[in-house]
Amino acid sequence: MDLQVALLLGQDGLTNGAIYALLALALVLVFAVTRVVFIPQGEFVAFGALTLASFQADKTPGTLWLLLAAGGLVSLFEVGAALRRRKLGLVAPTLLWNLAYPALAAAIAVLGHPVAWPLAFQVLLSLALVVPLGPMVYRLAFQPLAEASVLVLLIVAVAVHLVLVGLGLLIFGAEGSRTPPFSEASFEIGSIAVNGQTVWVLVASLVLVGSLFVFFDRTLRGKALRATALNRTGARLMGISTVKAGKQAFMLAALIGAFSGVLIAPITTIYYDSGFLIGLKGFVGAIVGGLTSYPIAAAGAVLVGLLESYSSFWASAFKEVIVFTLIIPVLLWRSLKSQDIDEHQ
Amino acid sequence: MSGVAPVLEVRDLCAGYGRVEALHHVDLVVGSGQIVTVIGANGAGKTTLLSAIMGLVGRSRGSMFYEGVDESESELEKLVALGMILVPEKRELFGAMSVADNLLLGGYARHCQGYRDEAKSLVDEVFGIFPRLRERRLQASATLSGGERQMLALGRALMGKPKLLMLDEPSLGLAPLIVREIFLIIEKLRQKGVSILLVEQNARAALQLADYAYVLETGEVAMEGSACELAADPKMIASYLGLAGGQ
Repeated sequence: MDLQVALLLGQDGLTNGAIYALLALALVLVFAVTRVVFIPQGEFVAFGALTLASFQADKTPGTLWLLLAAGGLVSLFEVGAALRRRKLGLVAPTLLWNLAYPALAAAIAVLGHPVAWPLAFQVLLSLALVVPLGPMVYRLAFQPLAEASVLVLLIVAVAVHLVLVGLGLLIFGAEGSRTPPFSEASFEIGSIAVNGQTVWVLVASLVLVGSLFVFFDRTLRGKALRATALNRTGARLMGISTVKAGKQAFMLAALIGAFSGVLIAPITTIYYDSGFLIGLKGFVGAIVGGLTSYPIAAAGAVLVGLLESYSSFWASAFKEVIVFTLIIPVLLWRSLKSQDIDEHQ
Repeated sequence: MSGVAPVLEVRDLCAGYGRVEALHHVDLVVGSGQIVTVIGANGAGKTTLLSAIMGLVGRSRGSMFYEGVDESESELEKLVALGMILVPEKRELFGAMSVADNLLLGGYARHCQGYRDEAKSLVDEVFGIFPRLRERRLQASATLSGGERQMLALGRALMGKPKLLMLDEPSLGLAPLIVREIFLIIEKLRQKGVSILLVEQNARAALQLADYAYVLETGEVAMEGSACELAADPKMIASYLGLAGGQ
């Protein structure tokens, strides 16, 4: 391998690593706030990418029906709960968010002819369709089990993953899609060619990580989410709703997932089930960070990206094996270093 | 407690953990601007009582009126927004976060209600009451001493502008000097018009401070009366104010 190849592989590795880092952050966030190991994280990547691809192919994306159906189900649950507690006053905002909003988004997607829109608007509409699925999944699958053990939540997460992959096949079909790059620009730094999409991925990831940092460190709502992760009872006693915190965590995870999907759709062909493997690599990064540390998780995920890229050159047949084997020394090191962690802390 | 409008009125409260009932038919009233104390041995149900009032523990029976309104079905978030604030026995601070952030989060419910500009002046007020917290404001709360943690827990509760402040064993595990300081602050809060429901094992100190007292035994109210009356009650002296009762 000469320097040229090494730099090219490094560029690839960093691009993928940036995406894995975003997913690792989402996984850490969801786990910290709700104790859910969010296996379906990758499905949001696939849904984001395939929804954008549908718009560009002038098709109505299946995500639309999913959003309408999930919104309908959530509404039924919420109305039922409100009736039982005789508090119908709380129903209006729920219906607005779970029925009116999906209906409006559907109307725009069907009647707005998004194929003719500029790319940025297509991306926004894709996010608008996929992101609300996050809190809906939380409401339907995890909120009723909020006090369950980590293991039960993990089992439900696997089930949700399988359901979403199945639904993905149903609504998007088995063919893969690739979208045109955000920018056709290409330029040279030293001796290597850098393409525009790589720059897009890196810059967008950095901006997203930066905004997450500002949100968690500078705003009271962000601090409230962190507080919920640190001490649920303490947070509740301050009037912070753990249900809302869970929904916000899932919404951020869905946003990060869908946005990652939109970013990588021009780089790699995405199928309905591609998200799982991508999410799993983010998961390896999150494990490096012990599912608690955001910076170590992000760094671990970038390492995963680089490892994957270089191993695809040296031993491409063993690429995935090498990446996932990374988890073994990390777990060994963690188990030697850490004490028992109370799962409720 | 005649003549004072009640802030909190609990009627026939039963509560517990799963099928195990730990509180049986408890009636309790906290008058506006009063300090009411609940005394009892370990395991008498004192903490369960406060947890059940806040809805942290399931209530199987009974009703609860706050400022004359039935809030039996209200969720914890709403009670906090109404000014019912609990400082739990375990403090439940956000350990990895700074003292300042812990305080700001104490004002979360007020922030959501639209009182966004008061946080800074309230933090200053809390620092005025607990100067030690000002020195430690950038320190992670997990690194504080026991007394400082209790001050932070109290300060964080004050950030929510409580109308009814519920304190669960504020003296637990603290040095006598700090306990005295904390009791002085409780007295000052009452003078400012905050109603206080104080759960204490230190019966003597609690009775000196309180206007009215309840004695809990195995989840039931065994005795109640004005604090002066109870302090002079022979049974009370024998069970709670003797050698085991205080300092």
